[in-house]
Amino acid sequence: MKAEVKPDKQKIKSILARYQSDPGMLVPILQDVQAEYNYLPREALVLVGQGLEVPLSQVYSVASFFKAFSLKPRGRHLINVCLGTACHVRGAGRVIDEIKRELGIRSGETTEDLKYTLETVNCVGACALGPIVVIDGNYSGQMTGSKVKPLLESYK
Amino acid sequence: MVTLTIDGRKLKAEEGQTILQVAEDNNIYIPTLCHNEAVKPYGACRLCLVEITRRGREKLVASCLYEVEDGLEVKTGSDRVVSNRRMLMELLLARCPNNKEIQDLARRLGVEETSFQQDDKQCILCALCVRVCQEVVGVSAISLVNRGVDRQMGTPYYEPSDVCIGCGSCAYVCPVGAIDFKDVGDTRYIKWPSSQMDFKLKKCKTCGGYWIPERQLEYMIEQTGLPPGTFDNCPDCR
Repeated sequence: MKAEVKPDKQKIKSILARYQSDPGMLVPILQDVQAEYNYLPREALVLVGQGLEVPLSQVYSVASFFKAFSLKPRGRHLINVCLGTACHVRGAGRVIDEIKRELGIRSGETTEDLKYTLETVNCVGACALGPIVVIDGNYSGQMTGSKVKPLLESYK
Repeated sequence: MVTLTIDGRKLKAEEGQTILQVAEDNNIYIPTLCHNEAVKPYGACRLCLVEITRRGREKLVASCLYEVEDGLEVKTGSDRVVSNRRMLMELLLARCPNNKEIQDLARRLGVEETSFQQDDKQCILCALCVRVCQEVVGVSAISLVNRGVDRQMGTPYYEPSDVCIGCGSCAYVCPVGAIDFKDVGDTRYIKWPSSQMDFKLKKCKTCGGYWIPERQLEYMIEQTGLPPGTFDNCPDCR
């Protein structure tokens, strides 16, 4: 288990202030918190709940519902491997296997040094360029197993 | 006042009442699981579905949510209602094949077995416990978490809750008995499908019996503003 981030109370407060502590703005508030810490630290959920006067159980319910939120610490770089039909038939399986082998993690996991998080997606809408790997929003097309290592190494 | 027909019977009802309420007032049986008059209707289990005719068109609605209107025609046992309800029951039975309440209700609705792949759950995710904890008790210690096939009822992080008072209302209202609840000696154990907690019980000053969780007592005093000694005795010794 990776260590939980201790969120800064002032930072959470300023995020809440941005939305006038409106409980209806829970989702955008959580998005901002996640943008700050790359995931939703437990303590941050508690602070958000207190600030909005929303029970923690409900904050947790929302935070665990959306796939865009992570309750576990995530890496500095988010790797999204497209496993859509086109990428799949063009060999995305071999690409993701190579990434898994290189990083020693499975999909949905984060490396011990908090550098990379690996996730899969079911189409990024650029099928002609498949197989595609998206790292931090940058698309790399026509990926092969041998291109994996240099690509990963270009992210520090 | 509005006039409506349920299963051919002409009935009068108050505006704002739901079909289910009117049916219950008139001894017309509509099966339900997630309905409880202590909380707002929610429409999770869908078993209370009925067929209504409106402007010549028929449709299925959840009777626990649908408010009556003048001239409404309701059928609680049409072929379409029965077959849909049986399908729902089959799905519930596939989810909770070993739950006695589900088995009994399924049998009552004419469902003996399910054609779906079986799981072994107890909870049907109707959120009645969650709603009672929020609306009646007012602590919101539990909620539904995750989504899709991972949806579960639980405390935040599946850990003992700071706010749960151990009142056991969740276990009391659960329509399928999915929450275990027992008092052993000076401790109350509550076991939810995904987590559990135990609570220290308070002793009655007179008979010495353990009768209520200390946290619940503190919460009651705090909510009512009564003097701290009000609940020193159990209801039998008061």
